[in-house]
Amino acid sequence: MSESAADGTLLEVERLSKFFDGVPAVEDVSFDVQRSETLGIVGESGSGKTTLVRAILRAIDPDQGVVRFLSSGGWVELQDMTAKELIPLRREMQMIFQDPFASLNPRMTVRQIIEEPLIIHQAGTASERLEAVRDMLAHVQLEEDSLTRYPHAFSGGQRQRIGIARALILRPNLVVCDESVSALDVSVQAQIINLLEDLQNELGLTYLFVAHDLSVVQHICDRVLVMHRGRVVESGTVDEIFDAPKENYTRLLLSAVPSPDPDVPLKPLDRRELGL
Amino acid sequence: MDTVLKVRELAVDFKTDIGLTHALVDVGFDMPRGKVTAIVGESGSGKSVTANCIMRLVQPPGRIVGGRIDFAPESMDPFEIVSLGKRDPRLQELRGGLISMVFQEPMTALSPVYTVGNQVAEAILCHRKVGRRQAWKEAAEMLERVGIGDIDRRIKMYPFEFSGGMRQRVVIAMALVCHPEVLICDEPTTALDVTVQAEILTLIRNLQQELNNSVLFITHDIGVVAQLADQVVVMYQGRVLEIGTVRQVLKDPMHPYTKGLLAAIPGLAPKGQPLATIASVVGDTDIARPYPLVTLGDGRQVSLPREQVPGAIV
Repeated sequence: MSESAADGTLLEVERLSKFFDGVPAVEDVSFDVQRSETLGIVGESGSGKTTLVRAILRAIDPDQGVVRFLSSGGWVELQDMTAKELIPLRREMQMIFQDPFASLNPRMTVRQIIEEPLIIHQAGTASERLEAVRDMLAHVQLEEDSLTRYPHAFSGGQRQRIGIARALILRPNLVVCDESVSALDVSVQAQIINLLEDLQNELGLTYLFVAHDLSVVQHICDRVLVMHRGRVVESGTVDEIFDAPKENYTRLLLSAVPSPDPDVPLKPLDRRELGL
Repeated sequence: MDTVLKVRELAVDFKTDIGLTHALVDVGFDMPRGKVTAIVGESGSGKSVTANCIMRLVQPPGRIVGGRIDFAPESMDPFEIVSLGKRDPRLQELRGGLISMVFQEPMTALSPVYTVGNQVAEAILCHRKVGRRQAWKEAAEMLERVGIGDIDRRIKMYPFEFSGGMRQRVVIAMALVCHPEVLICDEPTTALDVTVQAEILTLIRNLQQELNNSVLFITHDIGVVAQLADQVVVMYQGRVLEIGTVRQVLKDPMHPYTKGLLAAIPGLAPKGQPLATIASVVGDTDIARPYPLVTLGDGRQVSLPREQVPGAIV
């Protein structure tokens, strides 16, 4: 067990690096995540957001650094575990993907999609599993007759609900949302954001929320990491980052967001003048 | 008001397995000359189909089944677009000459096997009687104008050697090189990072002011609308629900759907409270039922029952 872990810490990342062909995609990243908080990770494409969360979940293997996770059995270090050792921990860390069309198997029914993680982890009897699936379906506000239908019969927002149900059926503690609302229309996006917030309150979830849309991050996150070229250049509470950014790169990002108020003109800062 | 495009009662059907889908129903709006008109709506609202109608690019199973688009270019006699025959020379002149288009995905709009210089010069050669040398010279000038430096080297490069933002600059150069009177931008910044989006929006705005052309800007992003548009057309399920100046529509929306769309933007909502959804704002109002546009004294139009619109004049 880690000495530095405070009571509320669920995840600690220390000097994590990942290289692709010698090029750093994530370099020397350290942060921690408190239980039941939403930590946003923002940055441009190529800044390393997705690589970072994938390395934490061991979807890819990090090259350097430590990832400490408070599992139900106590603190574990994820970076050196074997694939077999990781299997029981996968129940506790899940991911909600960006594309609700690509992330669901078109040949499985909604029941099969949501139930599959339970079967993989050999949880419960068949009737208990069906009960859990029904319960989860109600949590994500889908009709019960959805169970026998296939993904193609659902809209983008409904598919994202199915993806959320699949991610949450194992009752994970840590949920990584990788651009989970980016592909949705604004009205559907609002519904899914509300759902994610409701589920967080009901189930005590901790979110790592990767997004490029800063207004979504401002709404949903408690704290924010700003990434640039594989490194965390600034971190702080949402108010600190959005109201008083310290780093030029954060200022550049914020200045590029077009305001929905026509009387607040867009005045993007110049990357070169900032020396970035 | 000087109007460059007048769309009236435009209707488009798509034939599907389950019957006819009405993609556009009675769509009408005016595009003022020398201004930016934004069409805003969610997926399926018909905003891209409307743009494709103007370029006559609606493909089967889609079909324009009614309505007219009156085009009044400065360099030609006015004509109607919907009734143009397939072999009418004005149709070729329209596409890429008088009206041109910037698409969402620059990599799809560019050919991977030709240099960027070749592709921009080709647009000139298609529409004007000039030599290759002159076309390349003008292509280089236009590429520099959209912010591509080191032009002698870059003009010979291929699209894959460019970043997403640079590719979109090339597409914009291609679209502007024949000096179109109308530029249609169909979600040109949706695939780009927010920082690159800001650069491209600034570029489109500056070029529009320099060239004084008319821009039809299609987007789902209210922030982009607010920053770029003079006039806004709100579409929903193939219909126009509200038309007005950018301040009228965004600061004082009249239609319940527009109100819902604005309330659902995360940046405007108070933190810690659930976001408003369209359904929660619209309530019991039936927004699926079509009403003809009612015009108000201040020029804005809204699709609501007359008795619900105080100050309706038409």
